[in-house]
Amino acid sequence: MAVNAADYTPQELMVVAAAREIRDGEVVFVGMRLPLLAFALAKRTHAPSAIGLFENGLVRDQLPPPGLYTMGDPPNVTGASWATGLVEVMALLQRGDVDLGFIGGAEVDRFGNINTNLIGPPERPTVRLPGSGGGADIACLSKRLVSLMEHAPRRLRERVDFVTSPGYGDGPDWRRRQGLVRGGPSAVITTLGVLRFDDITSEAYLASYHPFTTAEEVAAATGWPLSIPACCAPTPPPTADELRLIREADPDGFWTR
Amino acid sequence: MSKLVPLPDAITRFVPDGASVALGTSLESVIPFAAGHEMVRQNRRDLELVGPISDILFDQLIGAGCVRRVVAAWVGNVSAGLGHNYRRAAEQGVPRAIDVEEHSNLSIGLGLLAGALGVPYLPTRTLLGSDLVSRNPRLEPLEPGLLRVGAIEPDVTILHVQRADDAGHAHAWGNLGVTKEAGLAAESVILTSEEIVPTDVILSDPNRVPLPPHRVRAVCHVPGGAHPSPVQGHYGRDHVAYAAYHRATRDQAGFDAWLREGVLDVPDRAGYLDKVGERWPALRPLVRCPAAPVDYA
Repeated sequence: MAVNAADYTPQELMVVAAAREIRDGEVVFVGMRLPLLAFALAKRTHAPSAIGLFENGLVRDQLPPPGLYTMGDPPNVTGASWATGLVEVMALLQRGDVDLGFIGGAEVDRFGNINTNLIGPPERPTVRLPGSGGGADIACLSKRLVSLMEHAPRRLRERVDFVTSPGYGDGPDWRRRQGLVRGGPSAVITTLGVLRFDDITSEAYLASYHPFTTAEEVAAATGWPLSIPACCAPTPPPTADELRLIREADPDGFWTR
Repeated sequence: MSKLVPLPDAITRFVPDGASVALGTSLESVIPFAAGHEMVRQNRRDLELVGPISDILFDQLIGAGCVRRVVAAWVGNVSAGLGHNYRRAAEQGVPRAIDVEEHSNLSIGLGLLAGALGVPYLPTRTLLGSDLVSRNPRLEPLEPGLLRVGAIEPDVTILHVQRADDAGHAHAWGNLGVTKEAGLAAESVILTSEEIVPTDVILSDPNRVPLPPHRVRAVCHVPGGAHPSPVQGHYGRDHVAYAAYHRATRDQAGFDAWLREGVLDVPDRAGYLDKVGERWPALRPLVRCPAAPVDYA
């Protein structure tokens, strides 16, 4: 049963949209924050056999316990299928085992390039961001990439100041020219909608807008003229079950309130 | 010969001004905060910090003015995002300007692995097309489709472990991050340990030993030495401490006050844990999860 837009937060809808990107049996590079919840939600709904990879050196095929706030919380190790090192887990990624990778970002552009390093001139940035973490590796080496971020004109920009995590570069064929062997962005899930990428132009378009907004509002909050195809529709809202499962996994609303 | 020494002695001896120090090798867990705080108390200067994601420890050392250079994939506050001190240093040169060698987690892992293997570089397929390459002299094109990652060899790697003996035999379990690589790549290794145990406890399970003991130069008994980061089997992550740090350090005066109260005016780790107060015992696990024993016969 779907619920009204007033009954969930944008972050909860982002978790639901991210979970729906995970197919059963896939190997998923989970990363930090909202994807931790999306992975748990997918495991409890449509993708019980999904396998989670964590860059701190963990592989998990069992459901993560509730109240997990970082990948390094001890309950994420308890019952892990492999507790090892970073290089071993990244080896799985580099070899091509990872179907889907999740990352966050401060800025994304129309070709899905993501910046998490700095805004302004590199020698004296106006905003120093934390950096890549595993994001650039996941963007280079996963078969599909889904990023999650706040939707605002300063965050969805025509061109990012710094490409931490490569998307489609400047368009079709760019990844191949760089020597990247696979991958590229498959979706950007924001607080307002879901962007996907055109097969021919590699440019982002609005695939869906969240039920509490409109396609026009999403376009107005985007820093380039966002393409809105005729098939653009509202993002399917969370079901009551999905919301219950998210709130069980994040009882204090640490990431979703 | 016993390598067991008080933490201040180990820092004085093995972490001189200007040293390259690897910290936080397991990412969000077992971060050697006590060792970092001792560096601040000893007013260490011009350090190069090496580590993939050291949560707020790097931010603290940067804010205290101990750091000239950072070799890292991520510097901030995992709970809150940005690290205020890192921002002030990189954006305004406050309290001093820092140089940043930009990595991804895989590139820093491979750089340390190259150091551990004693080779000048290792090839990788990551970071092709990323601007990180232009901001990191250790990353260079090798051939089409491959980058080379130059070896990283810290002067000292500091690891926090669950248990060790006084000779440097140790057990570490949980996610290990780049612990083995950083330990093998460094000239010296300092262990801080929750417990000091008899040697036969460690020798009973040699597969759980992260590094050969001859790499270890000092062992320090520091219960609670990783707080607010978690230690498997000992305590969970103190999320409240990270949020409080984020709020308290928005400006330099706020950070200076935090540093005075939480580090400079605290004599040792026991005094620090007293200040954490009732949150500290509440972080202990409620349910024990021992592994099945193994038989080395």
